Amino acid sequence: MSTPRDRIPLPPPDAEKSLMTCHFCIVGCGYHVYKWPENREGGRAPDENALGLDFRKQLGPLAVTMTPAMHNVVTGDNGRRYNVMVLPDKACVVNQGLSSTRGGQLASVMYNGHGASANRLTHPRLFTGDDWHDTTWDQALAVYAGVTKGVLDEHGSDGVFFNCFDHGGAGGGFEDTWATGKLMFSAIRTKMVRIHNRPAYNSECHASRDMGIGELNNSYEDAQVADVIWSIGNNPYETQTNYFLAHWLPNLQGATLEKKRNWFPGETAGRGKVIFVDPRRTPSVAVAEQAAGKANVLHLDINPGTDIALFNGLLTHVVEQGWHDDRFIKDHTTGFEKARAANRMSLEQTSRITGVPVAKLRKAAEWSYKAKRSGHRPRAMHAYEKGIIWGNDNYHIQVSLVDLVLATHNVGRRGTGVVRMGGHQEGYARPPYPGPRPAPYIDQELMKGKGKMLTVWACNAFQTTCNAERYREAVVRRANRVREAMAQARGSGTETLVDAVLDAVNRKGGLFIASVDLYPTKFALAGHLMLPGAHPGERNLTSMNGERRLRLSEKFMEPPGSAKADALIAADMANALKELYQKAGDEEMARRFAGFEWQTEEDAFNDGFRQPEGIDSQGGGTGGMVTYARLRAMGNNGVQLPVKAFRDGRLIGTEMHYTDGKFDTSDGRAHFKESPWQGLLKPVAKQKEKYRFWINNGRSNHIWQTAYHDRYMAFRRGRYPMAYVEINPEDAAGLGVESGDIVDIHNDYGSVVAMAYLEPDIKRSQVFMLFAYPFGVAGDVTTEAVDENVVPYYKGTWADIRRVGRMDDYKATVSFRSRRYT
Amino acid sequence: MSKLTRRDFMRLSGGGIAAGTASVTGLAAAAGHGVRQGGVTLPYPRVTLVAAREVQVGVPHGFAYPDPHSPCVLLRIGYPVPGGIGPDADLVAHSTMCTHMGCIVTYDAAARTLKCPCHFSIFDPEKGGQQVCGQATENLPRIVLEYQPADDSIAAVAVDGLLYGRQANIL
Ligand code: FES
Repeated sequence: MSTPRDRIPLPPPDAEKSLMTCHFCIVGCGYHVYKWPENREGGRAPDENALGLDFRKQLGPLAVTMTPAMHNVVTGDNGRRYNVMVLPDKACVVNQGLSSTRGGQLASVMYNGHGASANRLTHPRLFTGDDWHDTTWDQALAVYAGVTKGVLDEHGSDGVFFNCFDHGGAGGGFEDTWATGKLMFSAIRTKMVRIHNRPAYNSECHASRDMGIGELNNSYEDAQVADVIWSIGNNPYETQTNYFLAHWLPNLQGATLEKKRNWFPGETAGRGKVIFVDPRRTPSVAVAEQAAGKANVLHLDINPGTDIALFNGLLTHVVEQGWHDDRFIKDHTTGFEKARAANRMSLEQTSRITGVPVAKLRKAAEWSYKAKRSGHRPRAMHAYEKGIIWGNDNYHIQVSLVDLVLATHNVGRRGTGVVRMGGHQEGYARPPYPGPRPAPYIDQELMKGKGKMLTVWACNAFQTTCNAERYREAVVRRANRVREAMAQARGSGTETLVDAVLDAVNRKGGLFIASVDLYPTKFALAGHLMLPGAHPGERNLTSMNGERRLRLSEKFMEPPGSAKADALIAADMANALKELYQKAGDEEMARRFAGFEWQTEEDAFNDGFRQPEGIDSQGGGTGGMVTYARLRAMGNNGVQLPVKAFRDGRLIGTEMHYTDGKFDTSDGRAHFKESPWQGLLKPVAKQKEKYRFWINNGRSNHIWQTAYHDRYMAFRRGRYPMAYVEINPEDAAGLGVESGDIVDIHNDYGSVVAMAYLEPDIKRSQVFMLFAYPFGVAGDVTTEAVDENVVPYYKGTWADIRRVGRMDDYKATVSFRSRRYT
Repeated sequence: MSKLTRRDFMRLSGGGIAAGTASVTGLAAAAGHGVRQGGVTLPYPRVTLVAAREVQVGVPHGFAYPDPHSPCVLLRIGYPVPGGIGPDADLVAHSTMCTHMGCIVTYDAAARTLKCPCHFSIFDPEKGGQQVCGQATENLPRIVLEYQPADDSIAAVAVDGLLYGRQANIL
């Protein structure tokens, strides 16, 4: 190594400083980007560097986070090189100066032409028969628009399929969801679209919304003042790190007592308690026990897929005890009695199904719903995420949970809320989806041979979908027919190439695949065209976090090569199609592709988010009050949507929903719904009968999403050269498996390899595998099981495990020490 | 224990790190401290620590390096590990300032890891300070050691990785 790793250049006091909201997880920590010419450096004295810190002596603990991963050298305009440093913002109310292991590498992922970033797509790439080659935007768009027009003309809108993100953060944002939405739903008018992480166009929270409750209804501050926090199917230390560290932890440690007393005078206030619902003892459970003391943590380690029984049993018990809120139920809800009757389940029955002892169930209910000493109703916040969203019947788990929350009035009061924790940030503004509910199961339609072209936009179903092995097989088979046709047409001009593609999709069952992304993804195995997108820092982007906090991430450098903001790629596609239809004299079709005359991503923001009439926007009806300039002035604290007013130069937002007891239904009342316990979804139950191990799967703090950046980062790839699978040591001994061995996990759906990681906290006959990793795709063994809205049960599959062999390299270089802090 | 290849060791010690770190041309002049002329390493002192035989498995030996403001720990692992020195190739040393925000990590002999109480990062001294779980973006800096068989002494001679709260490892 010639580059020293024991020094770091400091930003000089006059370094340019811009706003960056971390574009990885939902929490959206505030950061500042410092940028200054490469040949200059700040000094160690506090007045000689932009941080105002005295580096002439050792800084004390918690003074700063400033690591080599937070620095990079990028090329700017005119080929000049600049240092960039991306540091957490101490004044941001979200993270309060903290950075997570993901956000801490925001500088590292910026393009510098070597290392990880050398893998970026810098220009469009076309598959030319046996390999990928760079091409111009003109040719790329001619191919894309030519094929799209051909498919539209021959098959109509439903021949055009999309796998498309619908979120904020990198590969998203209000600009890009609007631009792609307008392209798909207003211009092409297809309903054959699936969202980045699931095989249909649906909501992860249909039930909560149907009952009148939007899923992001409180503020992060509410977690500071809750009496009890429920963490349901959720591992916040690893996946919403700084929400957990900056807001939950102080409550669990008793550091927010003063605030509780101020906010709720006369109410009993104590240090917060936390209840985890998760079959697995996660690192979050271990950390919470450290922080809060074991006496303040309950872990309801339910049997996989039995959440509905748990919440139904608790509802029954709570009502028997008289701990429900009669007044609230009468004045603000409908359907209570029916739901109560349908969901009725004794604690004994609940215990039998969930495997949780009755005493623990009673304790959880007492902590959360029994009046406090002062006579006040406890403030219990119910936070949930993928454990139930990707659980055994998404819709009905949420119904059972929200029923319990409504009965005990744990929504619309400060310190409460029934909220999803979130994965990505959010940033949804689109014309209404033109399809039905339930929406078509897009993956299966493709596997059945439907669809002529597929645009994969900033997502990667090859790694993230359920039944992934068969999906990949089917898609690759169909794509290869187009590849063969393209090989034949090589060298004969763009028009002939388009004709060859159309012939393959029309007559040979082929599927044309274009992908828009930062990197070539696994879809490069099958695709025909790749278009290079840009991520925050290379373009302006707005997103909101899990408390609906909208911020602007500012552009501070150009995207690499000819890459561009995704919103502008969508506009290019629409404009190319408009021109083709105009040339063909089809004015009606040309008009559908009009309205994309944007020069910048801000134009897309102004066209969508700021004109909410008739569209679905997370900005609500007041998006028009928000401008880039106003957001910039609000800094890393932004504004919580929906905006209520613009006053004295400041945007005024909304901290909590439903404080007035009015819900998002036609009658303004929240609706209880029925949700009796029904057992496991059928395809999963079938695997359970045949195979021994429950294959749980989920995230690790080191790896963001599909590892699109992380796979190239030595720090992360070195930690996980292959997806790990946590396995109980006794089970491992029975299989002859040691940590660092490669194992094969297999069932009726497929097989996947993983790196064994022995962990005593994992129960017998259950394992936990890293989800969505490129090196070992957990989805290869999940079933096609979905709920009534086509939301998959990713978390539930059963399989057998066999040892493949020993990998000395993994054993020597990868730590297999417990990931749980005890 | 499998044998460690040079490549394993390079990986653990950060060889081939992907993201760009600084080009530091001119740094010495600007900051007024010494990179040796003609060299790319900082002028680390050589500090003799302790006799190898005095370091017991499970009993951390604290010291400061490269100056009194930088606490470190020397550990005997009990079997050969990457980067380990001494007669049994099992002595390693690390900075105890967490690379996240500088709280002091302590050795948990039962878990065989170095753990930070502030935001719960865990590091593995048997794998070059690899972060097991937690919030840092760097593994724990490794103190480069040398062993003198003649007198069984261990000396600290350099630091691999940036120490928390510093612009450069030498103040
Ligand atoms: S200071 Fe060690 S984990 Fe934050």
